[in-house]
Order: sequence, then C-alpha cells, then structure tokens
Amino acid sequence: MATVLNRKDFVSDQEVRWCPGCGDYAILAAVQKTMPEFGIAPENTVFISGIGCSSRFPYYMNTYGFHTIHGRAPAIATGLKISRPDLDVWVVTGDGDGLSIGGNHLIHTLRRNVDIKILLFNNRIYGLTKGQYSPTSEVGKITKSTPSGSIDYPFNPITVALGTHGTFVARSIDIEQKHLGEMLKRAHAHRGTSFIEILQNCSIFNDGAFNDVSDKALKADHQLVLEHGKPLIFGKNRDMGIRMNGMRPEAVQLGATVTEKDLVVHDETNLSLAFMLGHFEAPLPTPVGVFYAVSQPTYDGAVNQQLVDAKAKNGAGDLRELLSRGDSWTVN
Amino acid sequence: MAVPPEAAEQAAESHESAASAPKPHVKRDQVVIRFAGDSGDGMQLTGMQFTSESALAGNDIATLPDYPAEIRAPQGTLAGVSGFQLNFSSNEVFTPGDEPNVLVAMNPAALRTNIGDLQPNAVIIVDREAFNESNIKRAGYTSNPLTDHSLDKFQLIEVDVSKLTSLAVHGLGLNNRAAFRCRNMFVLGMLSWLFQRPIDNTITSLKSRFKKTPELIEANIRVLTAGYNYGETTEMFASSYEVPAARIAPGLYRNITGNSATALGFVAAAVKAGRPLFLGSYPITPASDILHDLAGYKNFPIYTFQAEDEIAGVCSAIGAAFGGAIAITTTSGPGMNLKGEAIGLAMKVELPMVITDVQRAGPSTGMPTKPEQADLLQAMYGRHGEAPVPIIAASTPADCFDCAYEAVRIAVKYMTPVILLTDGQLANGAEPWLLPDPDKLAPIKVEFATNPEGFLPYARDAETLSRPWAVPGTKGLEHRIGGLSGENLTGNVSHSPANNELMVRTRARKVAGIAREIPPTGVFGDASGDLVVLGWGSTYGPIREAVKRVRANGKKVSHVHLRYLNPLPGDLSETLKRFKQVMVAEMNMGQLLKLVRAEYLIDAFGFNKIQGRPFKVSEIENRINQVLEG
Ligand SMILES: Cc1ncc(C[n+]2csc(CCOP(=O)(O)OP(=O)(O)O)c2C)c(N)n1
Ligand code: SF4
Ligand SMILES: [Mg+2]
Repeated sequence: MATVLNRKDFVSDQEVRWCPGCGDYAILAAVQKTMPEFGIAPENTVFISGIGCSSRFPYYMNTYGFHTIHGRAPAIATGLKISRPDLDVWVVTGDGDGLSIGGNHLIHTLRRNVDIKILLFNNRIYGLTKGQYSPTSEVGKITKSTPSGSIDYPFNPITVALGTHGTFVARSIDIEQKHLGEMLKRAHAHRGTSFIEILQNCSIFNDGAFNDVSDKALKADHQLVLEHGKPLIFGKNRDMGIRMNGMRPEAVQLGATVTEKDLVVHDETNLSLAFMLGHFEAPLPTPVGVFYAVSQPTYDGAVNQQLVDAKAKNGAGDLRELLSRGDSWTVN
Repeated sequence: MAVPPEAAEQAAESHESAASAPKPHVKRDQVVIRFAGDSGDGMQLTGMQFTSESALAGNDIATLPDYPAEIRAPQGTLAGVSGFQLNFSSNEVFTPGDEPNVLVAMNPAALRTNIGDLQPNAVIIVDREAFNESNIKRAGYTSNPLTDHSLDKFQLIEVDVSKLTSLAVHGLGLNNRAAFRCRNMFVLGMLSWLFQRPIDNTITSLKSRFKKTPELIEANIRVLTAGYNYGETTEMFASSYEVPAARIAPGLYRNITGNSATALGFVAAAVKAGRPLFLGSYPITPASDILHDLAGYKNFPIYTFQAEDEIAGVCSAIGAAFGGAIAITTTSGPGMNLKGEAIGLAMKVELPMVITDVQRAGPSTGMPTKPEQADLLQAMYGRHGEAPVPIIAASTPADCFDCAYEAVRIAVKYMTPVILLTDGQLANGAEPWLLPDPDKLAPIKVEFATNPEGFLPYARDAETLSRPWAVPGTKGLEHRIGGLSGENLTGNVSHSPANNELMVRTRARKVAGIAREIPPTGVFGDASGDLVVLGWGSTYGPIREAVKRVRANGKKVSHVHLRYLNPLPGDLSETLKRFKQVMVAEMNMGQLLKLVRAEYLIDAFGFNKIQGRPFKVSEIENRINQVLEG
C-alpha cells in the first residue's frame, strides 16, 4: 500500500527566488498541493525544464529534476519517457522557451503524443533576460528590444497545440488555484502529451497582462470556463452566453429571446470547436479549461510495444549471433 | 556448374569459338578493381558480391563505394556515375587501393569519370553497346573513346554485355528493362572467371536476394553463368589471373563496413553493461546507416528515436542517460554543430553518452558523400566555456567496433559524454573483420547509486573523479541537476567564484585522468629514427602502407597512429621526440598538428589533403621521400 503523501513531500530545501508578486509562486503552490493526490512517490516523478524564470521550477520540487538548456526540455523528456515509461515526466517551459527557441520540439512532442505533461507558463514576455517581447506578446508591445512597438503577430499557444493535433489541450491561470489544480489533475490523468497553457503574471516586466481574466472585479465578465457537456455561459450574473451566428460565434445576453438552449454546448472531443474557442479574442471572453481531450495511443507506449513484439518474434537479443550475421567465412 | 545450354550456345555463337585447351593462369599479388556504371546499373551489388567471392577465396581485402551525390541523376550523365572499388591481395591490405588496374565501365560517363585514376596499362572492360552516340554525347565526349585511340595506352576489352545478357535470358519472358538490369551479373560472371573465383556463393546469395521473384533468380543465374563461360570460351581474355590466398589470422571472419561496425560496437557495449541502448538521431549522410542498423535490433532491447532535428537527437539521448540507458547520438559535421550546446550540458551535469560524428567534407554542406577529418578541433573545442570531452577516433572500418565499445566504456566509467570520430571513408568502406568473442570484451560496469545514506550527487570516486549515477525511480536519492554552476558535492545552484573554478578544474582533471588507462603508444617501425608520420582516423591505411614501402627501401621512418585524441596518450610527447622530424598527415588543414605543437612544443609539420578523397599511398610515400631528401 502506498503511503499517504502530502504537500511537504514535494517541497525541496532550496530557497525559492522569483520576484515578489511573480505568478510562478502560485503555480508552484498549486503543483505542490496537487501532486500528493496522484499517489505517485516523489522518486518516480521527474520535472524537466528549459531556461527562463519559469524553468527554475524543478529546483523547488523535491522530485528528480533537470534544469536543461533553452527550449530543449521536451526533447530531453521524450528520451527519458521512451526509455523509462515507468516514470511520471513533467515539463515546465515558458512562452519564449517553448514557443520561440523550442517551438520545434514542442510541436513534435505534441504530434507524437509522448506521455508527458507540459506546463507552459505564458507571461507574454521574456522574464529572465529582463523584458524583451516574446512570441506571445501582442502587436505593438513596447519593450527594450522593441522601443517602437513590436510588429510581429503573436502565437496563440492553444491553437498551436491544437494544430499539432495534441491530444490534451487546456488553459488555466496562475492565481486560480482551484481551477489550476483541476487542470493539473485532468492533465495527469490523460495518457499522452498533456499541454496546459498557464497565464502567468510577470510582476516586473509585464504586470497585469492578464488583468481582465485574473482581477477579481473583471474576471467574471472576461473568463469563459469550459466544461464538457455544458453550455458556454459566463458573466458576473451568469447571464451571458456564446451562440453561433451562422459560422461565427457571438456573445449574447440570456433572457426572454435567447435561452440556454440557443448556446453552444462544449464538447472536448470536437477539434473544430476547440479551434474556434482557441481563437477567441476580445470582445469575446477568454476561455479557460479543457479545450480538447481525446484518447490516442502514446508514442512511448507504441515504441515499447515494438520492442516487446520484436522480442516475442526473435527472442531476446543474442550478441554472439548478431555479430556473426551475414556472410562469414573461416580462415584456418 | 550447370550451364543453361541455350545461353552458352548463343554466347559462344556471337564470337568465334574458343580454343578448348584451358587458358593459362597468371599469378598476381594484388589487384585493384573498380566497378563503375550508372547508379541504376547495380555496381554496388556487383562489387560487394565480388568482394565476398574474394574473401571466401582467402584474400585480404578493402573496399570503398563511391556514391554519386544525387540519388538519381539523369541516366548516362557524369553526375549519375556510381562506383565501387575493391583491393584484394595475397598480402595484408591497408587501403582500397590508389589506382585501379582493372576498370569496368558500363557506359561512357563511367569511363570518363574514372579514367584519370587508372594505372598505365590498366585493363578496361566496357559494354560496347552502351557507347552509342547519345551516351557518348551525354558523357561530354566529342568522339567515341573506343575508336578514337584515346585509350591506346590501356588494355581495352569491349564486350557486348547488353546483347549477351538479353540472349542469356531469352525465353524467360522478361521485359527489356528487367533483362537490361541483369547486365551486372554478366560482368560479375566474366570477372569471376578472369580471377578464378567460384560463383557458387553468388548463386546462393542470388537465390536469397530474389526469393520473392523466382523468375529473376533464374535470369540472374543464367546471365552470371553466361558471363563466366564467356570468359572461359572466348578469346577476349588471353589468360586468367590468380591472386592466391593471403596469410590471415585464423578465425571466423565477416566483411564489415565502418557504420555497421559502429552500430555493433554500441550494441555489444549495451549488452555488456546490462542496460538498454538508446539512440536519438536525425538522418544525415554518411551517418544514417548506424540508425538504420540499430533500428533493426529492437529485441536487444534497443530504442531508436528519429528526432525532429539533431538537437532533439542529442537531447533525447541526454534524457535517456538521465534515466540510466546507454545513450548515444549519431551525426555528421553539420549536425555536430547543432549538438554543441547539449554536449556542453551533458559534460556539465556529468551524464554518460557517446556522440558519434561520421565526418564528411565541409565546410557547410560541402561534399556530403566524401570523407574529411576537419571536425577534430570542433570535437575538442566546439563548446562555450571550459568543456573538455574525451575523444576517440577509429582508424579502419572494423576498428569502429572497438572504438564504439571503448567510447561507451569510458563514458560510463567516467560519467562523461565521449565523442567518437569516424568519417565517410570508414563508414562505407569495408574490410574483413575477425569476429570478437563477446566473453572476452572488456567489462563495462554499471552501478547505480542506491543508498540514500550520505548521498551527494556530485561526490566523486577518488580515482576516476567520477560522480554517482543516480537514476530517477530510486527512493531517497531525489535530486536536481542542471546547467547552472553547481556547488561541489551537492550540485545545488551556486554562484561562488571559487567553487566555479574548483568545478571547472575538477571536471578537466577527470577527463585528463583518462590518460592513465591509455595503453602505451604503439610505434610501427623503430622507436626512433629520421621521421615519424603521425596520424589519426581513416588515414591509417595509406600511412601504414606508405611507411611500409619506404621502410622496405631502408628509410628510417615510423608510423604512430592515435586512437585517443583527448586526452592524448601520456607517452606521446616522448615517443615523438625520439624522431628527428614529425609529420602529421591529415585530411584537414592541420588540426592534430596544432594540438601536438601546442601541447608538446614540437616543431612538427603537416601533410594535408582536403579534397574529399583519402590520401593515396603514393602521395604519402612521395612526400616522405621528399622530406627525407630535405
Ligand atoms: C541558447 C540560449 N539563447 C538565449 C538564452 C537567453 N535566454 C534565457 S531565458 C530566455 C527567454 C525566456 O523567456 P521565457 O521562456 O518566456 O521564460 P520566462 O523567463 O518569461 O519565464 C532567453 C532568451 C539562453 N539562455 N540560451
Ligand atoms: S522577471 Fe517576471 S517572470 Fe521572472 S521571476 Fe520576476 S516576475 Fe517572475
Ligand atoms: Mg515568458
């Protein structure tokens, strides 16, 4: 019987060194609080990260941890998971780490459906290098490297992940502890690559970037919480909804003429719907929750099955036999 | 041997009937033969099959294919010529041979691209029918070389290969294209007769190759036999040749390419270590065959991961090493550039793995199918910061096995990434390989840390300075590693200046300490003398042969060839200093030369070739003679 784990089992002895007010603290708290519920011992859990403020994360977890190089965590995690499918492997990355320098590894990991859990801390800025714009920064962003405003169009992490046909794609918010915990649990329960974009406040270089969805006074009107099988309703008074107007979604006021029956019902297994929700931008609310979740064989599972099959077919490898394969001859 | 009567008859008919008396055998010590044709002409297969026949006949051999850069260049063009060279001898063979004494040219383009390499008076065998007007023009000739006397200094043998082939398959219902594709077997049959090689083994291998298409078995055997009988019965060849068996160490042999030997070396190491092998790789010429080979050995167990790029290839291997696998990545120069940062990480966190660089001619995309040795300094220094990595280089195709094995052994023992250097020449070249006895391979001990009592991830073995390998899944050993400067013993992030210097020096000492296990440097020839030729990697063959030749002429010249390039052998300095002059022969601008001059303050000089072609024995021989004449 596994011993009961608690939060402390996942807290390392290292001093946490993010800036005061950084959203990373809240994410760390949610992860440390939720991990014990998985019933997986710290020694069987591995956190792998790239480079960035967010990527310091593994130092603070009392699990196995590997702080690697910029953008490459998904590739390192893939090698580990393929050869050690027994381990619970997590990747922590940032918007720069995961979508700029490491974009290639991120999309290919999602495409392959390797059974790892990816947490992308999106603060829409390069924190560690002191505030340059990132691939998720909005157009016109004024930063040290873009004093006249950034001119390139941003990536949307959700639709990037959906574009790879990732099998679990979700979004949550640093300070929404309960929701984030739920998403972590869903991500962990999923077999295959789980991708969670976590909107994270960088209090130093991009403070308030997600105010509309995280501020207590504003969020109800700007957050759309996705729940499978439920109509898309939001608003302080739960009186707003999403309806299709032909092929286009629109926000509508519920009342006498428009009722719940007219609203779109969320279906996590509908990729087209997931894409549509992924593309929501103001004045539509920001969806949080699980956009898409489907079950598909995992890459690491299939790789290991091929090994099992090869052994069943050819027997365990015999080195002496292998070396002498092919045309051989004896010299006397 | 049963001869299909029809084929024999027709073949004989088309030429004057031969004398029935057996033709004389002429003894030869050594023959270098090159098969050249269009990439669709089956020259590689012909060459490999003739190689097997020669090996079975007891010759020592070395081979080298020469692939065109384009996969399917237009037929009949110079760019589409594919070649295969074989050197077989009754003496020990070190190289695939400088200058062929026999060329088989299946078309004018094959003749034109290879004629410059031939020995004077070489035998040239051509398919006469392929020398038609359009092929001649496509090869860039303005007149037919078969008739314009430009080949007068060679022994030209014109054979109607295409016609004789189609006669031999007559009645089998093969279409023209399929019949045409059997031409290579006619050539093989003819050469088998010319060098008195039995064709039974080829027949057996044709049967297995064409298992699924019995009509092709029949056709190929008929054509092969027709070619053999053609040699015997026509007057095309005045005599046959005999290259007697070489004196070779007894044992079980197999012909092996460098890439296959590399793959097997890794498998053997993983088996001996008792751990799964993990290869993360991205396809690149000329390294891909290692990936292909290993992908077929899954039951050992072996994981092969074709990554999205070279960075993911090396990174996935680092992940697998973290998890306790024998981790490797394979690539060539351009991919090596991409892997640099990750190799630095592996070096810093001290995880074992092997990075294989099958060097090819650069810079940039360069000549992808051609060999070079210009990645040595990249292997030495191609990372930021102080990031020493052990380097091992293979010197012959079969040596790739030993070097791959040794690279893993060192990686695991010292907890460090190790770079294995081979090159395109070794990768595709082949030689007979005396099969090693798995029981006699050096042990590779893997001991994972298990005891939480006083566990420190960067505590070190007193002798090797190696740190413990503590893999995830081990209770009580949870720890974090990473690229940031780490505190001595704990590995915790540390910005202490003194600690940083301590760690940099400790890792450097660890790598330098490997020199303790490097065997004494072997000197071919006398331990002192007028000149020592120093080499590493695939230049072994031509240097050794050249030094043998000048020594036979009484010159005081020796050869030292390095397997360990970082650290260099501890006795190398004294070894070299016993000679009046040190010449470093390399297929680069002088990279080992820079290292030995810097390390030992020796006034060595270089002999360099950067043509994407190996040294010819004669080039090194001539250079040695010039140097000695001063
Ligand atoms: C190869 C390489 N290039 C650049 C850097 C510098 N660098 C470190 S973190 C970073 C951006 C991090 O941004 P993000 O991933 O969004 O992480 P955050 O700090 O915002 O959490 C950059 C450019 C590096 N460490 N390595
Ligand atoms: S710079 Fe921004 S992201 Fe980085 S620790 Fe500070 S607040 Fe957090
Ligand atoms: Mg960021």
